[in-house]
Amino acid sequence: MTENPSYGFDTLQVHAGARPDPATGARQTPIYQTTAYVFRDADHAAALFNLQEVGYIYSRLTNPTVAVLQERIATLEGGIGAVCCSSGHAAQIMALFPLMGPGLNVVVSTRLYGGSVTQFSHTIKRFGWEAKFVDFDDLDAVRAAIDDNTRAVFCESIANPGGYITDLDAIAGVADAAGLPLIVDNTSATPYLCRPIEHGATLVVHSVTKYLTGNGTVMGGAVVDSGRFDWSASDRFPSLSAPEPAYHGLKFHETFGNLAFTFHGIAVGLRDLGMTMNPQAAHYALMGIETLSLRMEKHVANAKKVAAWLEQDPRVEYVTYAGLESSPYFDRVERICPKGAGALFTVAIKGGYEACVRLVDSLELFSHVANLGDTRSLVIHAASTTHRQLTEEQQIAAGAAPNVVRFSIGIEDADDLIRDLDQALAKAAG
Amino acid sequence: MTKNPSDDLLRKILRESKTFACVGVSMNPVRPSYFVARYLNLKGYRVIPVNPGHAGKMLFGETIHASLTDIPQDIQVDVVDIFRRSEHVLPIVQEALERFPDLKTIWMQVGVENEEAAKLAEARGVQVIQNRCPKIEYQRLFGELRMGGFNTGIISSKL
Repeated sequence: MTENPSYGFDTLQVHAGARPDPATGARQTPIYQTTAYVFRDADHAAALFNLQEVGYIYSRLTNPTVAVLQERIATLEGGIGAVCCSSGHAAQIMALFPLMGPGLNVVVSTRLYGGSVTQFSHTIKRFGWEAKFVDFDDLDAVRAAIDDNTRAVFCESIANPGGYITDLDAIAGVADAAGLPLIVDNTSATPYLCRPIEHGATLVVHSVTKYLTGNGTVMGGAVVDSGRFDWSASDRFPSLSAPEPAYHGLKFHETFGNLAFTFHGIAVGLRDLGMTMNPQAAHYALMGIETLSLRMEKHVANAKKVAAWLEQDPRVEYVTYAGLESSPYFDRVERICPKGAGALFTVAIKGGYEACVRLVDSLELFSHVANLGDTRSLVIHAASTTHRQLTEEQQIAAGAAPNVVRFSIGIEDADDLIRDLDQALAKAAG
Repeated sequence: MTKNPSDDLLRKILRESKTFACVGVSMNPVRPSYFVARYLNLKGYRVIPVNPGHAGKMLFGETIHASLTDIPQDIQVDVVDIFRRSEHVLPIVQEALERFPDLKTIWMQVGVENEEAAKLAEARGVQVIQNRCPKIEYQRLFGELRMGGFNTGIISSKL
């Protein structure tokens, strides 16, 4: 008997999780638009409800279209399983929920999407959870922030908005030494550019809304489990290691082994938090992922060209793109995201806040929107929008100072993007 | 080979086997060994429970036996599935080879590995699977884990 074949990324992004529909032979994954599924008999129903068998009960928990997307993302990330949910923000709560509890904390990078900073610094306090924000380039500071009540370490692989690259190997080492799971938001990089699990991440979260779907159509999130963390090594993760009253005292980790986190995400997370992805969204996301590698190559090529042009322009103060040799993060590209530093960066414009506003208003091809990872090139003034709820100190720490504009470079012709930037910079300087 | 069995080999074992003897199975319905044995029974396998602490009681319609040797002669076992710690595996395998001359497979559960016992069984032409769970492999290979969004590793355009 031969070894199992291994497949390349381009094959997996088209095939993983999907097979011809067993009911009809349909080659494309059908949209299973149904809320409930008929049980074969009472024994089958009982086995499903007792988690003794995996199957479809109710679409708040599992759905055949969503399941294909889950397996595809899990496979591309090199994880053991994934749970999809209604948005990237939902994914963050779904990832933290099994680990956290009142009085417990998560140690978080200061370089995060502004909405995540707000979610972590304000909203999660209502659950009794706390986030401790630290500069993740200072490993001693990360170590010092971890205390007896810490249950996770959280960062972005390529951090929004500046396109900064986190040293995932080093941070994973710190988390591991403390016996804690590292959660990496891999939205801006996608598994084509960066595979956080290979650098030691325990969990990977995504806003599926961004590059994975790729064309700004649907909202979605995903939590991928590496299957590598020993939840029973300490008594710090009782949701996974201790008896679960809602399932007659079943212990998730003991019963499901390295599938435990994903089982828990379905059986407790989706069941009780209800942040479910709908099958239409899963369909659009699957369409997008089929071309992920092709799009990411073009996003990266365009971002390199546009960032290099901007950097040499006298109207520009600096460009934060990690793919530029001037970036302090340039050295991390080859190790962390060898196929490129993504397509997200900030640009500081001479003339400060006023010039930034004029630049954004003068761009014709770039869309002024609060989104990233679209086929279209996007621009936003982070300090007055995505990072508006932050203090100025938080804005600067996050790389969203008032004098910078964030770009998400699309897959148009790079020369057309440069021409648009040229005319807008002229107006901004005016 | 036995530590990294191919999907084809696992499929063959799970398709061709009819009876599992589960050594060390628990009667507690939330213990993993009970979960696995009940699942195999639900899928149509005959499950012969072996556990000296519960000998004589019934589980899944079968009498629990104190040892493999105590299993009646008329029962043909295809797979001996071991839910005991690695250091206890060798005498169980020796007993299994003695009791079942036509045994096809020794299966050691997740976390259970014993090279000496594996070599002994393989020398007798018995297939050995170590550090795997037949429930998880069945669910993975026959489409069930796919319903939960797990990475099954199965790529196919066949209907």
